[in-house]
Amino acid sequence: MLFEVRNVATPFSAPMSFSLDAGQVLTVFGASGSGKSQMLRALADLSPHEGAVFLKGVNQTAMRPEHWRKQVGYVPAESGWWADSVAEHFSVAPKAQWLAALSLPPTLLEAPVERLSSGERQRLAVLRALSIEPRVLLLDEPTANLDDANARALTQLVLEYVQSHQAAAVWVSHSGDERLRLGERSLEMPAGPAALPVQGAPA
Amino acid sequence: MNLEQLSVIDLSLAALLVAALGLVQLIMGLGLLRSLLMGSVRMTLQLLLVGLVLKSLFEAANLGWVSLMALIMLALAGYEVTARQKRPIKGWHGYTIGLLSMGVTAATITLFALIIIIEPHPWYTPQYAIPLLGMILGNTMTGIGLALNHLTQTAWSARVKIEARLLLGQTAGEATAELRADALRAGLIPTLNMLAAAGLISLPGMMTGQILAGAAPMDAVRYQILIMFLITAANGFGSLLAVHLGTRRLFDERARLRLDRLTARKA
Repeated sequence: MLFEVRNVATPFSAPMSFSLDAGQVLTVFGASGSGKSQMLRALADLSPHEGAVFLKGVNQTAMRPEHWRKQVGYVPAESGWWADSVAEHFSVAPKAQWLAALSLPPTLLEAPVERLSSGERQRLAVLRALSIEPRVLLLDEPTANLDDANARALTQLVLEYVQSHQAAAVWVSHSGDERLRLGERSLEMPAGPAALPVQGAPA
Repeated sequence: MNLEQLSVIDLSLAALLVAALGLVQLIMGLGLLRSLLMGSVRMTLQLLLVGLVLKSLFEAANLGWVSLMALIMLALAGYEVTARQKRPIKGWHGYTIGLLSMGVTAATITLFALIIIIEPHPWYTPQYAIPLLGMILGNTMTGIGLALNHLTQTAWSARVKIEARLLLGQTAGEATAELRADALRAGLIPTLNMLAAAGLISLPGMMTGQILAGAAPMDAVRYQILIMFLITAANGFGSLLAVHLGTRRLFDERARLRLDRLTARKA
């Protein structure tokens, strides 16, 4: 088993458990406010949480946080860009065929970040995470700002990555069609106040 | 030359200038009369009180009392550092970070100046120790306050950027390298301005005071140069320590950015 999640809960999301083998994609859906993003943050160890997460049997807490996040790559819905040019955000340059597959011209890497469209940012954010070759990908609505053709291209690229790298992916998606394209494994986040127990907010 | 004594009448004449300003404010309907009045009364009472305290402290010239006075000054300065921030670190951590970074550097540098450089007898002679500590504290308080304010406010507004770097496998130190450098710069800018302006645009207060009290200008200038170096060093090292401790508090042991450790914005 590649990735195992046992009763992971945050103050804003109900306890969830699931496991993924290499090559598998799990889609996650549920009402807004059910804490899907909060769960992904917990899986990337970006927020305090309860429960346990294992990568190839190694507990999250047994690994240095920066090593964990390199292997469990999380792409949030809103991507952060801290430097001036796009290239400065890539520690490893993205493969040329990846750029081509997402219809991104290679010259875009030298462009200033503020000139990127929201769709370009979203695709580049996924490539930025893929380029450090994580074993597990956590994607928060990665196709939200993309037209249909680009959304399909991104889906295809991620599925190919998961197969070729024997990786796994957790993919938050609102679209039923998209979930069908990604495979049969799907998980619904329990909605509403049940997901907001008074567990005591972290101090 | 001896210092010309100021009588109560002399001071009243100076106060009359502020009263005239208040009158003009009232006629123009600017409504600052109350603040001017309160501020003037408060300033007069505070300075008279400190004069009395210093008078008895100088007469006693006892290490215990000098230390007590230094500790009170330090505690007040520590409070001021927190009070000047828009999003200070919550709870006793925030106060301790300001107090510790200021206390360690200001105390070390004041002791160094007293024992090794100035060498009064005894080394804790309050006429030297208290004004020296006061000048160093006053400046480091501002510098450390500015550095911490920059650190916490920028971390708050740059959450998405900092977390993006953590997510790509950077450590908390790597993800905050520019932030920490900018915070240090923010803390040191007033000191750098002070160094550049010294003597040309402003005649520093201590030097002016010594000259008024009859010191030879070159002697006063030497003291002022000493103070400038001490202030710069204290401010720089104090800000370094404060930014280091502040950044550590912004992240937990799993290198998560913990903005919940900052207080909500003050009005």
